[in-house]
Amino acid sequence: MEKKIRVLVAKPGLDGHDRGAKVVARALRDAGFEVIYTGLRQTPEQIAEAALQEDVNVVAMSILSGAHGHLFPKVVKLVREKGMDDVLIIGGGVIPETDIPALKEAGIAEVFTPGTPTTDVVKFIKEHVKL
Amino acid sequence: MDIAEELLKGNRLALSRAITAIENEYDEATEIMKKLYPRTGHAFVLGVTGPPGAGKSTLTDKLAREYRNQGKTVGIIAVDPTSPFTGGAILGDRIRMNGLTLDEGVFIRSMGTRGSLGGLSHKTADAVKAMDAFGKDVIFVETVGVGQSEVDIVKAADTTMVVLIPGMGDDIQAIKAGILEIGDVFCVNKADHDGADKLVREINMMLDLDVHEPAPMNDAQKALADQFHHMAVGPQAEMAMPGYWRPPIDKVIANQNVGVKELIASIEKHHAYISANGELQARRTKRTKDEMLDILSSNIGKYITGKIVDTGRLDAYVEKIKAHETDPYTVVGDIMQEMLR
Repeated sequence: MEKKIRVLVAKPGLDGHDRGAKVVARALRDAGFEVIYTGLRQTPEQIAEAALQEDVNVVAMSILSGAHGHLFPKVVKLVREKGMDDVLIIGGGVIPETDIPALKEAGIAEVFTPGTPTTDVVKFIKEHVKL
Repeated sequence: MDIAEELLKGNRLALSRAITAIENEYDEATEIMKKLYPRTGHAFVLGVTGPPGAGKSTLTDKLAREYRNQGKTVGIIAVDPTSPFTGGAILGDRIRMNGLTLDEGVFIRSMGTRGSLGGLSHKTADAVKAMDAFGKDVIFVETVGVGQSEVDIVKAADTTMVVLIPGMGDDIQAIKAGILEIGDVFCVNKADHDGADKLVREINMMLDLDVHEPAPMNDAQKALADQFHHMAVGPQAEMAMPGYWRPPIDKVIANQNVGVKELIASIEKHHAYISANGELQARRTKRTKDEMLDILSSNIGKYITGKIVDTGRLDAYVEKIKAHETDPYTVVGDIMQEMLR
């Protein structure tokens, strides 16, 4: 059987806006991925543990609160600590261009800002995921 | 890492990887299952089924917490539908269970149906075994939201709970030939909504129409049956006969945690009942039989595919059949002869 790409779509932190996450989740579903959606207000610990239990290939996080600089790297650290070295971790949301280099430095493979076509996200995952 | 060995040592990542291997039918999955099999059979498997939006995930969350309070470890397999068009899926059952994520005694796994139509995926039963071997005491199997005939859960679960909600019109009529036949325990969720009592009455009426021939019993079984006699509930309790389980109906408001303790008591009663009268063993024997036959026919299917389809012989046969030189029945007869030689 073909290997199915499994993606955890997660909303870390306290902002309550998940429209973007849902749009992305839907686009990934239509691309044939299995999307595990965990809902709002997740702690980095919850996201990392869910990624482990679901054995996902990708963790895709959306954040609009401005706390990306703290929360994104923390998730990367926790996921790696659990022995999931191959998991592709990406982020999106209202994130200033100037913050992106530091996030990439911390292990976020790519950051998608408002206006990105969902097809770009799908393409990026297909090209970079490790199965 | 040696997935099976690590799993048996209690490594959660290994459990997760084992389920992936099972789900994707990796070559190593068979070897993993061989190593896990001797350690299975310990867990109590509870099936949770019902129409979409009935509250299956919320109930699973509440019941799991209750089992945790009792000191039991919990595994949860939550199945959601895979799109038949794209093969994609949104698995959203975890949303209702976020409070359990960081409890180390709980392991939740979401699965897509991946083309299976019975309310589960083809590999759900093996995923249950992986959690069983891992040492989980109670394993919940939550089906997709079901309609009339998705009853595969009875093959996978020891006890099946059917979750219904009031206000779905003549829903009872619509589903009575399907999932209402498989409930060992009924849960009327959202019992604070209008029509809950009416729904309970309707389920009771349906159960009243069941005809039960008491099975012949030896003396020991009779004694046990008498012991459990009082457990039959509902207006017909006085009519209950030994050897007959009358499915209890529990009213619950899951999101307010109302009635959950009573519901778990009903589930545990059924568990005790089938454990005592041999029904549990009978169900598991039946399951092992089905499983054997499934594996056998799937392997035979693969063998035939390898011999006939991949070698191009199928196309050659089809050409001959189209030209009316032979017919499908003769061809299949010849192939069977060849295989069985």
